[in-house]
Amino acid sequence: MFRNAEELVQKAEKEGIPISEVMILQEMEAQNKTRESVMEQMERNLSVMERAVERGILDTVQSVTGLTGGDGKKLHEYRMIREPLSGDTMLDAAAKAMAVNEVNAAMGTICATPTAGASGVVPGTLFAVKEKLNPDREAMIRFLFVSGAFGFVVANNAVISGAAGGCQAEVGSAAGMASAAIVEMAGGTPRQSAQAMAMTLKNMLGLVCDPVAGLVEVPCVKRNAGGTAQALLAADMALAGIESRIPCDEVIDAMYRIGQNMPTSLRETGEGGLAATPTGRRWKEELFGAGNGVR
Amino acid sequence: MKMKYRSVFDIIGPVMIGPSSSHTAGAARIGLVARQMFRRSPSRAVFHLYGSFAKTYRGHGTDAALLGGVLGFDTSDERIRTSRQEADKEGLQYEFIEEDEVSLHPNTVMIELSEGEETMTLEGISIGGGKVDITKWNGFDLHLSGNHPALLIVHEDRYGAVAAVADILADAEVNIGQMQVSRKEKGKEALMVIEVDQNVSAGLIQKMEQVPQCRQVTKIHE
Repeated sequence: MFRNAEELVQKAEKEGIPISEVMILQEMEAQNKTRESVMEQMERNLSVMERAVERGILDTVQSVTGLTGGDGKKLHEYRMIREPLSGDTMLDAAAKAMAVNEVNAAMGTICATPTAGASGVVPGTLFAVKEKLNPDREAMIRFLFVSGAFGFVVANNAVISGAAGGCQAEVGSAAGMASAAIVEMAGGTPRQSAQAMAMTLKNMLGLVCDPVAGLVEVPCVKRNAGGTAQALLAADMALAGIESRIPCDEVIDAMYRIGQNMPTSLRETGEGGLAATPTGRRWKEELFGAGNGVR
Repeated sequence: MKMKYRSVFDIIGPVMIGPSSSHTAGAARIGLVARQMFRRSPSRAVFHLYGSFAKTYRGHGTDAALLGGVLGFDTSDERIRTSRQEADKEGLQYEFIEEDEVSLHPNTVMIELSEGEETMTLEGISIGGGKVDITKWNGFDLHLSGNHPALLIVHEDRYGAVAAVADILADAEVNIGQMQVSRKEKGKEALMVIEVDQNVSAGLIQKMEQVPQCRQVTKIHE
């Protein structure tokens, strides 16, 4: 079993196989399953993501509180009427990521990647890059195995929950996972995948988890959009041959230690940061009434 | 290094009802394990919420998810959204208590289930991405992910119990994945937690219940 990013990359290089294949083989071995069953299970997750993307960009989704919904659709429609300044693929990814996260906030069905709060980033980038690279279904499933491989490394060496490590551990991890997967789909090397992961996570270090009223809505939906932009940027940088001066595993460790030093008020308690702004507090009061808890 | 996560589907997954993997999906899983370990429908459920669970449970649907789990719903079951109504329909009374105490982990819940004379307490934490760790059960310390079939055997704390149970499993060619033994006090009651690779039949459970040292055998499965 690979324990860190370096072992993952070395395994791929030594065997001359892509990162996705290392993950598939490990899963078959660790869970004692056939290749077919492992691929099928991931295909089911892919289908859930596909439905969430479509629902979010085509329907007007609204959360129970009314705080979020409809922005993914808005961005999708904007793309149709004018050439986006930041590039079509980047904006497509952002729209689809917001769409999935809005479906999540509306208590819809999603696939956690690695968490629900960050569930927009991986499908957002996947279904945007799909338009550009025209992958077959298997390549799309492999995208999820690469994401999973790097997420596996982060989860086992650091943390992936906002309560334990802030948003850098959720959207930061998801963006790094997506970035590594984009690199493989675009024909990059396993080492370039690790570079993309490292550069993405570096750009998201320190990001706190400060949801308004403690809900997975504000700013989560827009941070998922931001995560896709970081993922695409770092993937392009890695494919251009740019390398992170700090190795991937050390970046992951830095993320973990930063998370440990974050005050509780900035770790998913809904007490600090944006949640503590006058508007954030007002929303909380309107939704749940005055008092310390959300009751 | 202890690997907390062992499957890629812990990372890409679970498929779930939003909005939070730790506060919704993880909560549903803890509730579901509690239900399986109670082995019957409870008529009353009390949930003590700690840390972030206590502060944000309503907005994350943690209450609906815990209750849904206790009703037997999985993380992707759409009935989670209306589990309060489902509980009313089934005559399950419930209560959520926000605790001020600081817990070791920010997402901790202590669940009390009861039905007539039968009661059970269970403490679980939601460690992220929908993954959970059951840390206490009826006063015993343990670690249980709820991801594999497992046996929980309360037995007298004296020689022979572990060997007898292991023999029954070996005779049936059931492989043990992981095993823990804990006790509240030396020489009194002890708990064996055995994670197995396949489901254990009712017949085997009966055999274990007949071991003189064994007082109660509980099985949970995927």
